[in-house]
Amino acid sequence: MNSATTVGTTARPSIDSRWLQLIVIWAVLLTVPLWLPFVGGYTALAGRVLVLGLAAMSFNILLGFTGVMSFGHAAYFGLGAYGAGLALKYLAASTPLAIVMGTLLGGVLGALFGLLIVRRRGVYFAMVTVAFGQVAFYVAYSWNDLTGGYDGLRGFTREPLHLGFTDIDITNNGNLFYYFLLFVFAIAVALQGLLLASPLGRTWLAIRENERRARFLGIPIERHIWLAFTISCFFTALAGSLYALLNNFADPMALHYSLSGEIVIMTVMGGMRAFWGPLLGAAVFVVLQDYISSMTVNWMSFIGLIFVLVVLFFPRGLLGMLRRRDAA
Amino acid sequence: MLQVILYNVTNGLIIGAFYVLMALGLSLILNLSNVINFAHGNFLALGGYMAFVLTPAIGFWGALLVAPVATAVLGFVVERLMIRRVYNRDPVYSLLLTFGLAFILQDVCRYVWGPNGLPLGVPDAMSAPISDTLFFITWYRIFNVTVVIIGVAALFAFLRFTRVGVRIRAGTLDLETVAALGVNVSMLRSFNFAVGCLLAGLAGVLAAGQIGLNPNMGDDLLMPSFIAIIVGGVGSLTGTLVGGLLIGVAAALTTIVWPAASEAVIYVIMAVVLVLRPRGLMGEEGMLT
Repeated sequence: MNSATTVGTTARPSIDSRWLQLIVIWAVLLTVPLWLPFVGGYTALAGRVLVLGLAAMSFNILLGFTGVMSFGHAAYFGLGAYGAGLALKYLAASTPLAIVMGTLLGGVLGALFGLLIVRRRGVYFAMVTVAFGQVAFYVAYSWNDLTGGYDGLRGFTREPLHLGFTDIDITNNGNLFYYFLLFVFAIAVALQGLLLASPLGRTWLAIRENERRARFLGIPIERHIWLAFTISCFFTALAGSLYALLNNFADPMALHYSLSGEIVIMTVMGGMRAFWGPLLGAAVFVVLQDYISSMTVNWMSFIGLIFVLVVLFFPRGLLGMLRRRDAA
Repeated sequence: MLQVILYNVTNGLIIGAFYVLMALGLSLILNLSNVINFAHGNFLALGGYMAFVLTPAIGFWGALLVAPVATAVLGFVVERLMIRRVYNRDPVYSLLLTFGLAFILQDVCRYVWGPNGLPLGVPDAMSAPISDTLFFITWYRIFNVTVVIIGVAALFAFLRFTRVGVRIRAGTLDLETVAALGVNVSMLRSFNFAVGCLLAGLAGVLAAGQIGLNPNMGDDLLMPSFIAIIVGGVGSLTGTLVGGLLIGVAAALTTIVWPAASEAVIYVIMAVVLVLRPRGLMGEEGMLT
């Protein structure tokens, strides 16, 4: 945490290797439907990776790039899912509207909760975020008439996209829906990249590296942390709304703090100091989870073991380890 | 109506007493080691299950004494083996570590004792109600509250009058100075963690007698315990005590008028406290920020 001396020098990859990285990542993501069946995967799994990867990358704006530890991001993810589901069920049969409503619901509530949360630091920040996160869980859990309570929100499906000149049927065609997810993912991630490279994003980095020094420079710390929290919540809620479309179902467990923990472990496992780390972590975690839960009923022990092993032996994450090798 | 109110107030006090035991343990660990123990509810469940195993051999009273100590020993071992290693790292690691431990411990309980609820036998005399008009208050409930009061009093006496207790309190304020004075801080933290788990184990035995055992019995208590700490004020054990009782009774009283909101009201209390008094009811200035 207090590594003020390593600002910007943590083996930043050169321009060339960053382009290479981008090309590899997008080549892999774009060709998923071609090779996935041969390695025993299915497209819905790839969709899960994209959605949870987006959630983890959005969360990492806060953890990796502002240095603030939220442990309640499942709430905004789940609110996005419920917002999208409710919009499809009660407002209008439109996929874009569902995404907008989900993102707004999660993001706006995140902005409000953020006002109460931002003054805390360290573990206390985490504790307050986790407690606020559970508010959404209990509301969804107890408001049976609206949300379906324990059983989750059912009775909605994603709708074909009407573009004016043509319709795209993402309801049944799994591959087409994957590319739709990838399209939204690409826009969101591009925005995140631009944001983090902007003066605003650099200010967040300054806060992460040395909050006191940033304060002395006249940076309004609380306002910046609130902004990072809010923006992170909007992106997480976007991921959540995609999750509802993916499953045609919104589940109270998508709001539960155990999902918050999973988002954090994906981020740390992939490498929280790397822009693409959380996506890699999400891919590894989702695939492992899928595999383990199909193999044994005691999957919880194995998932728990992953947490423990990552913390004790791979705290820098996969990309973090690669980078250190580069630097050495 | 009076009976309904009385019924819910006693319920609230008993639930609040469980919150208090959980939250005090969490608070001890949080204050000294800066770790949020997500596995605390699972230590509670383990305490209950150990009592379940021990009861046939040494009876309920023996189990009530031995199971919490066994939980504390387990906590001590876990702290020495794992949690100790992440103290000097970013707080994200201690959170993830205890989070993973919670998964493992819950699954172990489910694997060993099965997913279904199990009863913990309490002595017959205690399951009887105290009178015909107050039929809803069994002796066991009175006993529960009494044990919690004794336990809390013992904890505060321990922190105030013993050398180790004083060191723990000093360590919460300034661990570096305590270390500089020659105290083995690493051992102090392990012992403190064990004391926290002792309280969880005690709560587990008491709760098992009241509501029975299941692998995730501690989960429902974890979040209210966090809120008890936030409401009472981080850094203040007295605050945690007040916070736990307050939210317990508030939730129970809400049940009378609007049952669905009984869980929500504790979050409302937290939000109100954070707006009006960000450091919590009895928190030290500057502890939270």
